[in-house]
Amino acid sequence: MSLLLRGGRVVDPSQDLDRRADLLLEDGKVVAVGNLSAGKGHEVIDVAGCVVTPGFVDMHVHLREPGREDKETILTGSRAAAAGGFTSIVCMPNTTPVNDNAAITRFILERAAEAGLVNVYPTGAITLGSRGEQLAEIGEMHAAGIVAVTDDGRPVQNSQVMRRAMEYARIFDIPVMDHCEDLFLAAGGCMNEGQASTRLGLRGMSRAAEELHVVRDIILSRITGGRVHILHLSTRESLDQVRAAKAQGIRVTCEVLPHHFTLTDDDIQDFDTDFKMMPPLRERADVEAMLEGLADGSIDCLATDHAPHTRLDKEEPFEEAASGVIGMETAIPICWEHLVRAGVVPVPRLVELFSLNPSRILKLGKGTLAEGADADVTVIDPDRRQVVDPSRFRSKGRNCPFRGWELRGAPVLTVVGGRVVHRQESA
Amino acid sequence: MPLSSRHLLGIEGMPIGDIELILSTARSFSEIATRPIKKVPTLRGRSIINLFYEASTRTRSSFEIAAKRLSADILNFSVSTSSVGKGETLVDTARNLESMSPEIIVLRHQAAGAPWLLAETCRECSIVNAGDGMHEHPTQALLDAYTILERKGSIRDLKVAIVGDISHSRVARSNTYLLTKMGARVWICGPPTLIPLEFGQLGAAVTFHLEEALADADVVMMLRTQRERQNEVFFPSVREYFRLFGLSRERMRATREDAIIMHPGPINRGVEIDPDVADGDHSVILNQVTNGLAVRMAVLYLLLGAGEEES
Repeated sequence: MSLLLRGGRVVDPSQDLDRRADLLLEDGKVVAVGNLSAGKGHEVIDVAGCVVTPGFVDMHVHLREPGREDKETILTGSRAAAAGGFTSIVCMPNTTPVNDNAAITRFILERAAEAGLVNVYPTGAITLGSRGEQLAEIGEMHAAGIVAVTDDGRPVQNSQVMRRAMEYARIFDIPVMDHCEDLFLAAGGCMNEGQASTRLGLRGMSRAAEELHVVRDIILSRITGGRVHILHLSTRESLDQVRAAKAQGIRVTCEVLPHHFTLTDDDIQDFDTDFKMMPPLRERADVEAMLEGLADGSIDCLATDHAPHTRLDKEEPFEEAASGVIGMETAIPICWEHLVRAGVVPVPRLVELFSLNPSRILKLGKGTLAEGADADVTVIDPDRRQVVDPSRFRSKGRNCPFRGWELRGAPVLTVVGGRVVHRQESA
Repeated sequence: MPLSSRHLLGIEGMPIGDIELILSTARSFSEIATRPIKKVPTLRGRSIINLFYEASTRTRSSFEIAAKRLSADILNFSVSTSSVGKGETLVDTARNLESMSPEIIVLRHQAAGAPWLLAETCRECSIVNAGDGMHEHPTQALLDAYTILERKGSIRDLKVAIVGDISHSRVARSNTYLLTKMGARVWICGPPTLIPLEFGQLGAAVTFHLEEALADADVVMMLRTQRERQNEVFFPSVREYFRLFGLSRERMRATREDAIIMHPGPINRGVEIDPDVADGDHSVILNQVTNGLAVRMAVLYLLLGAGEEES
């Protein structure tokens, strides 16, 4: 089975490639990039005017299965990923039950194989039940297929436990991914502490709750030599700390989410719960810092923290509503409009942020169109316009803060292992 | 002239014209309380629901009496939130109540923004915010303004000190919005553990020293204080709190001679205010309660009656 993508702009920073070329995929692998002619039995798709990149990787999603299939399933999440231009996704372990053992890991992988759309990589819990006390069987889970450990959503508060996790994860050379939040300092806040929270009378969460744990993790990484990945970094100070740590050679990486470089806490109008997430929306200076970090390379990755919830979970007063927003079906258009078209980053840098770097950090072996690589490809039409309409999403979630935004640039073709898993009909 | 909005949700964003209309309407209603028969037929046949998710005696009764004096039918609906199971959601409760066709739902809820959620849910009836979490308590601010006007004639250029737990106070927020809109100089005072750093950006001056707040003040508004909330401790002891922020006779000397003392209640005697001061000549604490009736009558009337007569 062969697929020839003809006439696109192929952007592959792993080979320092950015030029108009054809891309030939055969038997699930990349065969050639260049000036190619269609052979017998080749399916040809004309992608002239489009950008052809190694498949995008969303290293931070919540698929909710097992346990909360009313919010999302591995199948619907896979559909959302494919439609959003992602060929690989990395799912968090905070399911019910928590993915803290190899049986759950295998279950997730089985369900993903049944869905058969995109590559799904599970992460395992750091501690049993994500209770922050006793290490989970990381080795067993690693053998079953996890690519990292994290207690995302229920962050490890005990620094000794975190230290042991970083030490132990070195055996497998997998990163410990941390949702940085000092829960005592956060004190149950439901939004960023600042002028907006004061005005709205909502309990704020000090930015220090994130920053303290970023600093803690950096120091623990230094003394253990373990790799730490800061999930959804959101404040200027957090980024400054990561930047300084990298300069010292500490093995820390970080990701940033689209809403943290496009929205601020002032955007929370009339207590709209689609703007409630953790970490919360920050302030203008933080948004500017995120944009700087994306441009200067101190931020390693983009991710979505796709967190679907039911309408019921969101249709509550702000402080009682569930935290989280979905993101897989808006991420590429948001990034294209607000990073590429806005001149913040060039296209190859976007591909690094959303494909090459996540793949390297998690050792997925993706993020490249080199000969022999897996035939995972994302094709983006830079001129395609759309108005964000959550009712059309493949995800079960509708909790999207970008409703009604007009965006230019959209994924139009998603290829996983040489097979087309999503193709946008031309408008 | 009707109000600019179908709902009364908060003071922030409320046009000054609406505020003045409510206050002047309240003045005309205050006379009813002096009649032997304290009832007018204005809202006969209209129904109002008091939907209270938090314990409240003062505010709930005040709305109830206000409605009854206008001959409206009022239903008290109290929801206990202490139980572990939450049961029906706010939105479902609101939909059910609205199916009984009330003209107004008066909502008190522990979550900031709950009245906005209700206003979005209810297509027909008006929503009155009777206090939402730490956010707003608009009728309290209106009755406070009414009380100040009654004593001082005008609010412009008055120095108003609001003292106590500012962080958790919807009264502090609504009053800061309202009084600054009407030209007062608002001073916020309390321990830094109970004042958000950004409160000054709402238009008030902030001080941690009571004497500075009280100096030449025309109005002193004391707020209820709790030492602990959700296991967080905000000051070392009641004794020390009173020494630093409590209103005693002695400290009252710093204010203007004709200063008035207000408190939205319920009072913690001996914690934030000396009993002698609470009951003394400067105190208008009970006038606030009386004026609350006239102000709430005005709010109910304007949300229902006035608009109707126009059309």
